[in-house]
Amino acid sequence: MNTLLFNLLTPELILADAALVVLIAGLIPFTSSHRGMILSLTLLGGLLSGAWILTHPANYSLFGGMVVLDPLTQLAKVAVLALSLIACVFAYGSTVKEHFAEYLALILFSTIGMMLLVGTEDLLMIFIGLELTSIPLYLLTGYLKKSSTSAEAALKYFMVGGVSAAFLLFGLSLIYGVTGVTSLRELAAITRTTGTDPLLLAGIVMALAGFGFKVAAVPFHLWAPDVYEGAPTSSAALIASGSKVAGFLILAKFLTFGLAKTSGSAAWDLMQAGWLPLLALIAAASVVIGNLAALSQRNVKRILAYSAIAQSGYMLLGLTAANANGVASVLFYVIVYAATTLGAFGVVAIVEQRRGGSDLDHFDGLHRTSPGLALCMGIFMISLAGIPPLAGFFGKFYLFSGALGSVASVHDGSFGLLWLLIVAIVFNAVSLYYYVIVLKHVFVAPADDAPAHDRACHCGVSAFVGLLALAVVALGLYPNALLNPIQNAIRSAVANPAKALVAQP
Amino acid sequence: MTASYLLTATIVSAFAGVLLILLLPMRWGGAAKWIAFLSAVTGFGFAAAAFRAYDMSAGALPLQFGVDVPWVESLGIHFATGADGVSLVLLLLTGIIAITGVLFSWNVTRQPRAFFALFLTIIGGSYGVFQSLDLFLLFVCYEVVIIPKYFLISNWGSTNREYGAMKLTIYSVAGSALVLLGLIGVYILAPGRTLNLVALSQYPFPVAFQLWAFPVMFIGFGVLAGLWPFHTWAPTGHVAAPTAVSMLLAGVVMKLGSYGALRVAMTLFPQGLEYWRMPLAILATIGLLYGALVALAQRDLKFVVGYSSINHMGFVLLGLLTLNSLGLSGAVLQMFSHGIIGGLLFAVVGRMIYDRTHTREISVLGTMGLAKSLPFAALTFTVASAASMGLPGFSGFIAELQILLGTWKAFPVLLIFTMLGVGITVAFTLRALQKSFFPALISGETAPAPAPEPHEPLPPITFPERLGAVILMAATIGVGLFPKVLIDPILHSFESSQSMMHHLIQGVAR
Repeated sequence: MNTLLFNLLTPELILADAALVVLIAGLIPFTSSHRGMILSLTLLGGLLSGAWILTHPANYSLFGGMVVLDPLTQLAKVAVLALSLIACVFAYGSTVKEHFAEYLALILFSTIGMMLLVGTEDLLMIFIGLELTSIPLYLLTGYLKKSSTSAEAALKYFMVGGVSAAFLLFGLSLIYGVTGVTSLRELAAITRTTGTDPLLLAGIVMALAGFGFKVAAVPFHLWAPDVYEGAPTSSAALIASGSKVAGFLILAKFLTFGLAKTSGSAAWDLMQAGWLPLLALIAAASVVIGNLAALSQRNVKRILAYSAIAQSGYMLLGLTAANANGVASVLFYVIVYAATTLGAFGVVAIVEQRRGGSDLDHFDGLHRTSPGLALCMGIFMISLAGIPPLAGFFGKFYLFSGALGSVASVHDGSFGLLWLLIVAIVFNAVSLYYYVIVLKHVFVAPADDAPAHDRACHCGVSAFVGLLALAVVALGLYPNALLNPIQNAIRSAVANPAKALVAQP
Repeated sequence: MTASYLLTATIVSAFAGVLLILLLPMRWGGAAKWIAFLSAVTGFGFAAAAFRAYDMSAGALPLQFGVDVPWVESLGIHFATGADGVSLVLLLLTGIIAITGVLFSWNVTRQPRAFFALFLTIIGGSYGVFQSLDLFLLFVCYEVVIIPKYFLISNWGSTNREYGAMKLTIYSVAGSALVLLGLIGVYILAPGRTLNLVALSQYPFPVAFQLWAFPVMFIGFGVLAGLWPFHTWAPTGHVAAPTAVSMLLAGVVMKLGSYGALRVAMTLFPQGLEYWRMPLAILATIGLLYGALVALAQRDLKFVVGYSSINHMGFVLLGLLTLNSLGLSGAVLQMFSHGIIGGLLFAVVGRMIYDRTHTREISVLGTMGLAKSLPFAALTFTVASAASMGLPGFSGFIAELQILLGTWKAFPVLLIFTMLGVGITVAFTLRALQKSFFPALISGETAPAPAPEPHEPLPPITFPERLGAVILMAATIGVGLFPKVLIDPILHSFESSQSMMHHLIQGVAR
């Protein structure tokens, strides 16, 4: 039993060990002054953990689904881990100078939370995973002790996060109270016979409020702009990437695998009680408000924050498909989105270091001073705007066609969810404006002659920014590379659920 | 098919040019134009070879040079290309505009690498659109064109460039958003989740779907084709753009719109077409009248040319909607013809005149005695004007004649307004030509008035400009004298009973 648990949780344990090693290294005077060494220790731990996942394919679940190890969770864990490690590299080139080791250790702790979160099918563990993810993130947000905006952001994040965690817990307890189970698969079996229960729906609504906070969907989005702007850039990058992937995957599993039978319908002429109408409404509101609010921003981090809200809207729209195909499209999109936005934050981190800020004006003439970075920023922005041939476009096509084509939507050759799709596509066209404004500053505006604050190379950050840009291009031209693994993993999760391991004497 | 690589080679040659230019060290930026030129010539060469190899014998399938490679197999998306007469004519046009566009940007010295890389990206995307047989691929290529346009105009443009660039971009994206909506609907309803245009064209979509999907897609593509009242990006965009990009916009990009309207909206949704045909034909007629009238009132020579594009594209759209072989083939021929003539007009106004005189005010140009100081520009503009008016012997004549005859059959009432439009076209073209180049002829003097000499003599027309102008003039006169070269393949692709567009011709059952 113990060895089994050890086997299943090895990647997380490696990460925990790595975090402790990093913490200790931060206390030793020699190593603590060598940020590079601390970073290498962190990356080493992460790579070991990733290597373990990749070399140990499995299909097991433990404790009635509390810990699940199947192709889907392994894929998500690798994705989350990769994103977090890149955020660590960005931290090396960012404004975090003091207590660097503790900072990286916190990122690792948060990553453990994300990995547990994506690797579970149980309501209790979902809550624990979310908290494990969020609490280090609060600290990471307020890490710049001397910056009041950082402190304000952390406080805001913490308060909103705390309230929404309470909502989530209350919602989950209502669900447990009605059904008497915490495992998602058992929940699915029970709701198949009971159908929708008003109390169950109340529980789902509250849980959605909690998840809505995690993915920054309207109306639970108000923390996002301040946190993205105030937090150290690498923290914001982690919140926008790894934490988003974990949050969306677990939301998708919760709704689609656990509560499929209580979905109701969001079709225009055929609304039925369930979580679909609510989800559709949240999605539409996120797309509209996120895109409109982004139009008037002057700071690139804030633009990215509102763009994140809008992008959450697109992904929630993907979830309205309420089937496995929808989960696949959301997972594809969220991974692509996370990689794209992480890259964008990498560029922001470098510009911040060189020019002392992340306003649009600080990006003026970037193509003159660093053409490579400018090109990467162009790729990220165009992909976020959903222009082919980049990965963002393909992801959107997959999301939209999945939602519109789902059984929940199509009847008699007309589309019930067409209204939602129209909202999404129209506001996606609107979004191009602010992405192009960023690019206008990068490529068209003349460079300002202010001397650079620092002329360091930022080679590590630049290299990873370049890699992410390359990935975005490659996944746009050849989506199969990510699409096929995701589709296979989801197919296996549906058709061939993880075998429950019986405790061995 | 043995020569199927010819089509793909056009795309490849454009994007290979882009890659080569990007790999060029900054010090050798001057070589970018040579790479662009070579790439454009190669692309044209492949397009021309495909055109020559096109088999029009009675039994030949209209779609030839097929390539079909799975792209995203699990979603039924393929890299499927092929060409019929319509595609080939437009591919040929793209090749010609590519070559001449590079020739007329020979003087671009600021960031030449970026300029030519973006330019070739648009060319590559356009080649892609004109040969795509998979709707997804077509849309990808269609959108690839958008972002480069923005940068080319906002970075290298002139008057009000940032406004013009942003307006154009927003209109394009709004149009393609509509197209995307229809595309996803088509994808879901089609049996077996395919986006292959040939397969889709044989599938009867539900009428209720066609009734909304047709206008959505037609207008979505129509935005780029300058369909009134969604045309307002065109004049500002054309005027703000640098010369080569105005040529591209008028010559190729607007054709992407009309081609998409024909190949996708009209071919897939015949019942929707039937329902919306009259309102859209009225819009097209308004567009051609409106473009002509507004052009008549312009003081800026480039705006005259910009609005003349609306006018000519109105003819194209009207011709498409006539749904008889005369009108349809006239419309496609007009796409080619306007591509060449529009390109030529923008080349004269933007490059030959504006780059030297730094003004485009017709009244100011009139005082400069351009006919004397820049005789070649005057000659070119005269030829282009004659072609634009549709004088016999030029490509515009045969195209407009076919459209008018087609309109006579299909919309007899609209023909009155169309004829009026033809008259005004002559008026505004002559007005612009006389007032800016031959002001003396208006006042009735026999000899040109001694024009006040410009402060410094205008630099002479360079060799690349002459070459580009000669190519374009040769194309419009050549097609004007031997229209059968183009009309035969176009007609073949409409009238062959195996054509995917066969059912467009009225009276023919699907």
